[in-house]
Amino acid sequence: MTDANTATAFVRTAMLPQQPPPISQRGVIKWMRENLFSGPLNTVLTLVGLAAVFMILQGVLPWLLHGVWTAKSLNECRAIITKTWGDGADGACWAVIHERWPQYIYGFYPSDQYWRPNLAFVLMLVAIAPILFGAVPRQMLLFTAAFPAVAFWLLWGGSVWLAVVILAGFALGVIALKLGLRLGGAILGVGAAVLIPVLWWLFFAGSAAGALDALAPLDLVRVQSDKFGGFLLAFVIGICGIGFSLPLGILLSLGRRSDMPLIKYVCVGFIEFIRGVPLITLLFTASFLLSYFLPPGTTFDLILRVIIMVTLFSAAYIAEVVRGGLAALPRGQYEAADALGLDYWKAQRLIIMPQALKISIPGIVSSFIGLFKDTTLVIFVSLLDPLKGITDAVRASSEWNGVYWEPYIFSGSIFFIFCFGMSRYSQYLERKLKTDHR
Amino acid sequence: MAITDNAPKASFRLGMLLYDARYRSITIQILFLIALMLGLGWLASNAVVNLDKMGYVPSFSFLTQRAGYDISFKLIDYTHDDTHFRALLVGLVNTLFISALGCITATIIGVTAGVLRLSKNWVIARLMTLYVEIFRNVPLLLWLLVIFAILTEATPAPNAFRGANPAAHMWLWHSVAVTNRYVALPAPLFSRSLGSVQTDMLTLVAVIIASLLVNRFVVHRASAVQYATGVRPTTWWKSLLILFVPAIALLVMLGFHFEYPVLKGFNFSGGIQAPNFVFALWLGLSIYTGTYIAEIVRSGILAVSRGQSEAAYALGLRPGRTMSLVVLPQALRVIVPPMISQFLNLTKNSTLAAAISYPDLTATLGGITLNQTGRALECVLLMMMIYLIISLLISLAMNLFNRSVSLKER
Repeated sequence: MTDANTATAFVRTAMLPQQPPPISQRGVIKWMRENLFSGPLNTVLTLVGLAAVFMILQGVLPWLLHGVWTAKSLNECRAIITKTWGDGADGACWAVIHERWPQYIYGFYPSDQYWRPNLAFVLMLVAIAPILFGAVPRQMLLFTAAFPAVAFWLLWGGSVWLAVVILAGFALGVIALKLGLRLGGAILGVGAAVLIPVLWWLFFAGSAAGALDALAPLDLVRVQSDKFGGFLLAFVIGICGIGFSLPLGILLSLGRRSDMPLIKYVCVGFIEFIRGVPLITLLFTASFLLSYFLPPGTTFDLILRVIIMVTLFSAAYIAEVVRGGLAALPRGQYEAADALGLDYWKAQRLIIMPQALKISIPGIVSSFIGLFKDTTLVIFVSLLDPLKGITDAVRASSEWNGVYWEPYIFSGSIFFIFCFGMSRYSQYLERKLKTDHR
Repeated sequence: MAITDNAPKASFRLGMLLYDARYRSITIQILFLIALMLGLGWLASNAVVNLDKMGYVPSFSFLTQRAGYDISFKLIDYTHDDTHFRALLVGLVNTLFISALGCITATIIGVTAGVLRLSKNWVIARLMTLYVEIFRNVPLLLWLLVIFAILTEATPAPNAFRGANPAAHMWLWHSVAVTNRYVALPAPLFSRSLGSVQTDMLTLVAVIIASLLVNRFVVHRASAVQYATGVRPTTWWKSLLILFVPAIALLVMLGFHFEYPVLKGFNFSGGIQAPNFVFALWLGLSIYTGTYIAEIVRSGILAVSRGQSEAAYALGLRPGRTMSLVVLPQALRVIVPPMISQFLNLTKNSTLAAAISYPDLTATLGGITLNQTGRALECVLLMMMIYLIISLLISLAMNLFNRSVSLKER
């Protein structure tokens, strides 16, 4: 027995080295089998997709690679392309962007004043830093609050004291609110905070500005609104719209959920009306009709009118987004706030809004992106937007007559960078604020 | 200790208007109303003073005056001798036409792209992501201008189709010619017409609707039989017969045929010559809105939890039936409301037509009519009212549909 056993039995004492998986089950081949050629339909789709990519690249790539960056006119561009790449070669003429760069960025802003929009842009980056990133010191928010007046003065020019007295009104309001709250409670505080700045602006601001101007004239050259254009215009309208429409939208959404029927229905009517009409009709209103509704003789800057309309338009959309966020909050949050004895505004500020806004971030940011894209519609009230207004102006000159694709690609890419950047930032913010533990 | 069963009578003090929660909301509303009335009154009085000063009396009588301008694309009869009201109607019909076409194609493009973006196929999923990100992050105006430029700059002139060895060729078996001014298409015609093309078309639509209804009845009957006996009668050939035979029979009866465009001299004649801006607007609106719909469809499908499809597989349903019976009905509930607002957006975005000279409502009423008559107040107001009504009607119709697919809770 034992003999037979020892003769035939074999016990492996060491593990075999692990075999690699079969060639079809690993590496690139496995990935391609699973992701590209998993079935007849998928194979066809992959091939069609690759063919489409190939055809597009084949058509566009040589054109892009043959691009010319320095030339004085379209004819010169074409001559250079023919010289370098032979007869019949086609190429992009990026020189138009290079040559007309100031026009695309600043419109017809006086060229010796370009430092002003530049400075305003840098200051804007400083001003939005504390809003975007938590690590920036909170005191910077004071500068953010002052930024609109500073930017207004820098861009449109005139006396600095006008901006200062307007800001002073807000400062007076804040001081009055603090003092009033300490001395006489909420009613006195709010009343004073509203009344004192209004009185200041109506009666004292003008003379104060005049007096200060006489003492220390600090003027910048005035730049009229029709000189604005290109991306400067798109950014001015876009940033103002974004900045003002968020608070207004939040107020509208609160109004729409209010218990007071009058306020509720006014807000509902406003939101539904604005959402029901196209932006162009509102821009027409700004350009044709708004002057009818202002005191006779008032002239009101067109860009300012457009900004107001764009803000109202975007605010209605943001109000609906925030309302969705408010509705998504569980009822218990409201009840908890009541149980803690918080009043309406405290409950909103400390409990409801932080959560509701967090839920509505994607929607709010996509409204912002929409607003920024919609700034191009100002062409319909004959402001020079970068897409059509400036491009048409460039094409009207004899040097660049006939250039089509390059301006579109250029301004499209700038819009793409900013809109895509905004949507990525919103995704970052969503991840950062995510507190659920699933 | 005296006990009384009357509650202490609170005397009303003025301060209670502000500090008592029972009265405060009324106070606030009254103050708000006063402020609102003052504001509106101020605007109205300004308007009255301003209009008075200019001697401007608002009236809509200009609508009955002769318009005196031509419209390059019209679906209803119009000449420059017609009234401004007729021009308004032409614009309105154009707006509705392009919106309806755009909604249909945007849905097709969007649903396809949304589903394909979820595909396991790496190339296709990436391509669809690229499509969505590129098209939604760039203004619609740019896409309209680019597509219009492609259609007008990169296509041959009509006379390039001339000669024995032409520089350009017609597509689809010599039926479609894309030129730099228009696209020449075959026109559907009826040789034994009932009167006019409109009545023929209406009859056709009526027949199709009737056969759809009959088909629905047949399918319902089949379901009833299935519930009663457990065996579903075969209906596919009945459905095919009901759906196609009456319509085809009607077409044959009316003598339906196509009139193909033919090159005569330097231009095409016969068939339909659709101007390029129609195609540019249609394509631009559909492709742009399609990206939004793709995202909506994608998130709708992702919103149905995996457990649902796993449960369906556990019950033995095939993938196709899982999709149609389990996943889609639930996804639809998430998809429909935002889709409605995309249709609304498309309709409102069709106002960009003016940039590529498509004569929609904004271009006729808000453009030429406004400039010719100088009646800015009336024109803009009328435009707003019309768009508001269109928006309300679309959301009403879609809300009704939404109610039919929404969750029926007990």
